[in-house]
Amino acid sequence: MNRYPRWKALLFAGVMLVSLFLGLPNLFGEAPALQISRKDGEPFAGAESVSQFTSALASAKVTADTAYLADGRVTLRFADVPTQLLARDAIQAAMPDNFVVATTFASKAPAWVRAVGLSPMSLGLDLRGGIYLVYEVDVEGAVRQKLSLLERDYRLKLRDSRVQYQSVEAQPSGVVVTLKEASKLADARTAMAAVDRTLVPVTGTDEQGLATLRVALSPEQVKERQDFAIQQNITALSNRVNALGVSEATVQRQGLSRIAVQLPGIQDATQVIRLLGKTATLEFRLVDMANRAEEAKATGHAPLGTKLYKERSGQPVLLKRDVIVTGDQLTDASAGFQNGEVQVSLTLDARGGEEMLRTTRENVGKQMAVVFIERERQLKEINGEKVAVDVTSENVINKATIRGVFSNQFQISGVTLREGQDLAKMLRAGALAAPVYIVEQRLIGPSLGQENINKGVRALLVGSAALFVFMAAYYSAFGLVADVVLVCNVILLVAVLTLCQAALTLPGIAGIVLTVGMAVDANILIYERIREELRLGNSAQAAIKAGFEKAFSAILDANVTTLIAGVVLFLFGTGPIKGFAVTLSLGILTTLFTAVIGTRTLISLIWGARSRIDRLPV
Amino acid sequence: MEFFHSVPRIPFMAQRRFCYVLSTILILGSIAAIGIRGLNLAVDFTGGVVTEAQFPAAANLERTRTALAEAGYPDAQVQIFGSSRNVLVRLPPEKSGTATEISSKISKILSTVDPAVQIQRTEVVGATVGKELLTKGIEAMGITLLLILGYIALRFRWKFGVGAVLATLHDPFLTIGLFALLRLPFDLSVLAAVLAVIGYSINETVVVFDRVRERFQSLRKAEPIEIFDIAINETLSRTVITKLATLIVVVALYLLGGEALSGFGLALIIGILVVTYSSMYVASGVALDLGANRRDLMPAERRGPADDMP
Repeated sequence: MNRYPRWKALLFAGVMLVSLFLGLPNLFGEAPALQISRKDGEPFAGAESVSQFTSALASAKVTADTAYLADGRVTLRFADVPTQLLARDAIQAAMPDNFVVATTFASKAPAWVRAVGLSPMSLGLDLRGGIYLVYEVDVEGAVRQKLSLLERDYRLKLRDSRVQYQSVEAQPSGVVVTLKEASKLADARTAMAAVDRTLVPVTGTDEQGLATLRVALSPEQVKERQDFAIQQNITALSNRVNALGVSEATVQRQGLSRIAVQLPGIQDATQVIRLLGKTATLEFRLVDMANRAEEAKATGHAPLGTKLYKERSGQPVLLKRDVIVTGDQLTDASAGFQNGEVQVSLTLDARGGEEMLRTTRENVGKQMAVVFIERERQLKEINGEKVAVDVTSENVINKATIRGVFSNQFQISGVTLREGQDLAKMLRAGALAAPVYIVEQRLIGPSLGQENINKGVRALLVGSAALFVFMAAYYSAFGLVADVVLVCNVILLVAVLTLCQAALTLPGIAGIVLTVGMAVDANILIYERIREELRLGNSAQAAIKAGFEKAFSAILDANVTTLIAGVVLFLFGTGPIKGFAVTLSLGILTTLFTAVIGTRTLISLIWGARSRIDRLPV
Repeated sequence: MEFFHSVPRIPFMAQRRFCYVLSTILILGSIAAIGIRGLNLAVDFTGGVVTEAQFPAAANLERTRTALAEAGYPDAQVQIFGSSRNVLVRLPPEKSGTATEISSKISKILSTVDPAVQIQRTEVVGATVGKELLTKGIEAMGITLLLILGYIALRFRWKFGVGAVLATLHDPFLTIGLFALLRLPFDLSVLAAVLAVIGYSINETVVVFDRVRERFQSLRKAEPIEIFDIAINETLSRTVITKLATLIVVVALYLLGGEALSGFGLALIIGILVVTYSSMYVASGVALDLGANRRDLMPAERRGPADDMP
């Protein structure tokens, strides 16, 4: 007799039932869909929220296969991509501009599957099509920016405390304040401490013998600033990605200074990249009325404390060096009409508002300019070599007289409707803290994705079928048991992958195929042992028992070593390779469970209770 | 069905000297192939631009090349990819600074060859990212080997450890060497396959060593060389069947998985064949020649009572 503990058999049966249930949604496949949410973030409610879209589609003669409300969003599913795109255009044309329409894929599973909260595996970009981008964040640029802010704050504070300075200059490693009189050193120190207590100035003298105070950022502060820049970029990119209306898009930090963005389903790379990668920000500066801009342009020298800019018309204009408010102090921006003119309404944070209040109070009647700064990385040829350089375009988009005192809410005008909307969108999405540029870009078309799925699945099916025949032929009935266990293994693996919502990639499918090929090793180890025991003249039941016991250590060893390789791959791999590592590693765990417990359960169930077995079909 | 009706008695260990010579030649050959021919590194590692395009009919490579050359890309590589309708265009990294523009330019150029062309995929990898992926890959290989060495150190004494590590180094080396010799494209997925081969290789060695340990305990009178031969022969059936089983699916992957997976499948096919050889000869041979004997094996771990066994 070869009884197996009943609880293990029940555990196995239970796990398999749950797995079948979890894996179920994957059987139905996916179809192109639109996911519609409200721009204000409020959830949809009620049946009429769905019907307004279906009727809009009906009048455009586009039919959705199904339409339903889930998680406060309306999902419309279509037969194919062209219909989906027609539908999107129809909805955007018919509906007022307060919805976000995202192209996506939706499961074709019947409503009851959805109702119990089951969803299929998420597919990676190489299977679904889409864009994968890796941005490098210019963290040094972020530090430079921090230093120039510091420069500004020192200027302001020193002026407030009536300390005369020759210059305040941001340098690569810190800020240097050069005083006119050495006697003011102590006052200058106090003023600088008021800006940032953690920065302690070091005194010195410059070439002309003037007293200098020099502050440098500590390594921790540099690191903090860099992390902040990356975090802010991630937030900004996420916001921009959300504004694109792509569902299931992800924005993740990758390593020290990179951000990976995945946009499933998106095809127009050029447009998306332009929108995502540009750093746009605003600066508000006072117009310098004392000097003549034309003169500065002719000589190429801007008077001290000013900077030369260009208006959109090409007219030169001199602005004060001190920035009143920068784009990162903006909390909201929206475009609209007022008195027949396009206006962008801006809201500043508390500090920005304070600064604005102070400046406008002191400068009523003077002019203030809005500088629009766009930064793009371009390829330039320098001495015959191609070099990537940051191209910054700074334009004064608006110049207006300050008519009254205002603080954190105001409007700017002087842009076209389109520009106003773009500007508002970009500013709302958050001015990027540091310039980013693309270092890796992968674009996979939807047809290639489907082809990849088909080929991967076909390889899996054909490979498995051949393996099943081989196992059954070589180990007869025991081989069939191994086949059943293998099917259980794949079901369990699919269920675990579905549960983890780890995106399945093409190498991931390869990992499943490889798991199938390596999983039978456990069965083979057991069966070969059983055969050996039988050859030694042991009884069938004793051979089964000894086979399992003696094979266990080899099975464990074999799987632990492969698991090591899988985990290293996971830690070092990027993108699709991670997908391979995930399926390989999870596959090893499911193999240990199914091949050991599953095989034992089935064999005990079939042969365990028989007291006499003349010939074991192994 | 049974390939081995009784335990075979192949004198594996007697042939080990011949295999050392063979392995040395193969390793030197691999080094020469990697050094002289070099690896045909894919855009993943070199950086650059790759565009896969599908034409409605068989692609005209000559016209595509001329069109690209006229548009200022004389060094573009154009080749058939998978089917005669699919074309792969590859550009070196020097020109791929603003990736987006170049990839959109290429699609424009291709549409002058045939307006109905469809861009299937575009990949742009910066040169620095490519270099990083390569160093990361080499690091990953090193770390995998170190971890596995650690695992072997836990399970066996050093003589066996050295044998196992040599065999484990040997296998990815030959796999990569063959990729260099045949100039097969070496991309991220091939690297993943090589790492899987490392895991697979050590697992094979461990299965044989497990049996060596068992036989050292049960056959107290036998000489070490006999023990190794018995262990290898006893596990031979399992070794062959397991390899066949894995080969079946890997060949399916190679033949049916499409261009994207064929390199992965091929690396595993080569790897599995090499692993089979090295687990029998290299690992055991080295351990034997280092004088491995009964005392070099840790006592087998005591496992719990039978009922706790699966």
